[in-house]
Amino acid sequence: MSSLQSLDIELRSATTTPTPQVRNIPALAKLIDVPSCIGCKACQVACMQWNDLRDEVGDTNGTYDNPRDLTPESWTVMRYSEVEMPVKDEGTRLEWLIRKDGCMHCEDPGCLKACPAPGAIVKYSNGIVDFISENCIGCGNCVIGCPFDVPRISKKDDKAYKCSLCSDRVAVGLEPACVKVCPTGAIRFGTKEDMHEYAAERIVDLKERGYENAGVYDPQGVGGTHVMYVLQHADQPKLYHGLPENPTISPLVALWKGVAKPLAVAAMIGAAFAGFFHYIKVGPLDADAHADEEEREEAERLAAEKRKNDADIV
Amino acid sequence: MAKLIQRYGDRTRINHWAVAILFICAGLSGLAIFHPSMYFFSALFGGGSWTRILHPFFGVLMVLGFVFLFFQVVRDNFWTREDTAWLKHSPDLLKGDEDAMPPVGKYNAGQKIVFWIFGISLILLLVTGIMFWRPWFADLFPIVVRRFAVLIHAIAATVLIISVIIHIYAAIWVKGSVQAMTRGTVSENWARKHHPLWYKKISGDK
Repeated sequence: MSSLQSLDIELRSATTTPTPQVRNIPALAKLIDVPSCIGCKACQVACMQWNDLRDEVGDTNGTYDNPRDLTPESWTVMRYSEVEMPVKDEGTRLEWLIRKDGCMHCEDPGCLKACPAPGAIVKYSNGIVDFISENCIGCGNCVIGCPFDVPRISKKDDKAYKCSLCSDRVAVGLEPACVKVCPTGAIRFGTKEDMHEYAAERIVDLKERGYENAGVYDPQGVGGTHVMYVLQHADQPKLYHGLPENPTISPLVALWKGVAKPLAVAAMIGAAFAGFFHYIKVGPLDADAHADEEEREEAERLAAEKRKNDADIV
Repeated sequence: MAKLIQRYGDRTRINHWAVAILFICAGLSGLAIFHPSMYFFSALFGGGSWTRILHPFFGVLMVLGFVFLFFQVVRDNFWTREDTAWLKHSPDLLKGDEDAMPPVGKYNAGQKIVFWIFGISLILLLVTGIMFWRPWFADLFPIVVRRFAVLIHAIAATVLIISVIIHIYAAIWVKGSVQAMTRGTVSENWARKHHPLWYKKISGDK
């Protein structure tokens, strides 16, 4: 959201040389403990408040999801999924899975890979992926690059917005606003290592309570994420409002922003050089130069004939 | 002084240069967004956001201009058996030996290929470009479709740019060709040497 950060930058969009990285900064992460969430939306309110965002009042689609989707003004939205889960000897049981949706802060961010504007998307060395809006050109490539469909582009200013993991708060040693207000401690924040340790304890606990497939969601297809979930049913992340099972940067995006970029530029420069050196080697095709020569030869021949005739006359 | 022959009328020349100028604008603004090493081109268009806003308009106008050009020259660009023969001899031409080439009409096989590559890549660029044209059309297409679109757009643009480089080089290489598109005329020698069948046709089989 803002470039006025006291954080080191590890990755910068549309930048091919490394950023300063001599300091060793521990990776941070937010852990969302889904089974502990009561769906109160305090986090949504805190997000609006801290980031000074007021979304328009929308309409309902029959669930508690409000607004219906992430928007440029709603960087986090609670997703309520009602699922029937089979239970041993009991048939099925209705479960209400409530997931706090928003940016996952990928270690390998697809948005940043796709972004053409230098410095419009950065990843700080603590792992937070942030949009630096004043550099944003509004092209929408981040939307195409994101494996989680998170970035939203504002109709007001044509800039992309998403959760900043309160990079401004984290920069001064505070936790993100949503973490601060969560009444059940379902949202935690700390080093990624600590969060994994805490998650492991929670998973032991959940397994004891019968959730055999409890686990942590830290998808390796995007290099891991700096927002992680503890899920009761980690074997079926799709249950949680379509959380992707194995998200990766699309191979199309990887090709486009990977090999295609340097290859295309090399081919264009190569074509120009090939032309230049062809000219140096072969030279031009010049019909007139050739013709001039023939004309001159003809003229010279005529002149010589004339001289000869003149001489004969004399 | 060699005699001059009319090769392109006013309308074709103006049309050609309008498309060419729009190509430069669309090309530079597109390259700025394509590769960070060329982002500095965005300064020519008033910064990153303006480059993003203007690029599709340059593109659409270029395609529109090309449509008119297309119908002016397409009848001389259909492929014939002689073109296949010419193409087989093209390595000789690249060595500078034009006398080895089969006689050519208004356009040789190389020119025809470039013409059709222009046409096809422009259609691909238009169709895929609309699919991620913000803020108007991008939202109408699913994200996965847009991913295909950006990739095809980049490939088609690369092919187009390389073909234009070839097109420009050929005009520099074959002396007297630039004048055909600037003043509309070529010398009699030029026509006789490079496009003998065309020369024969317009000079009334003299």
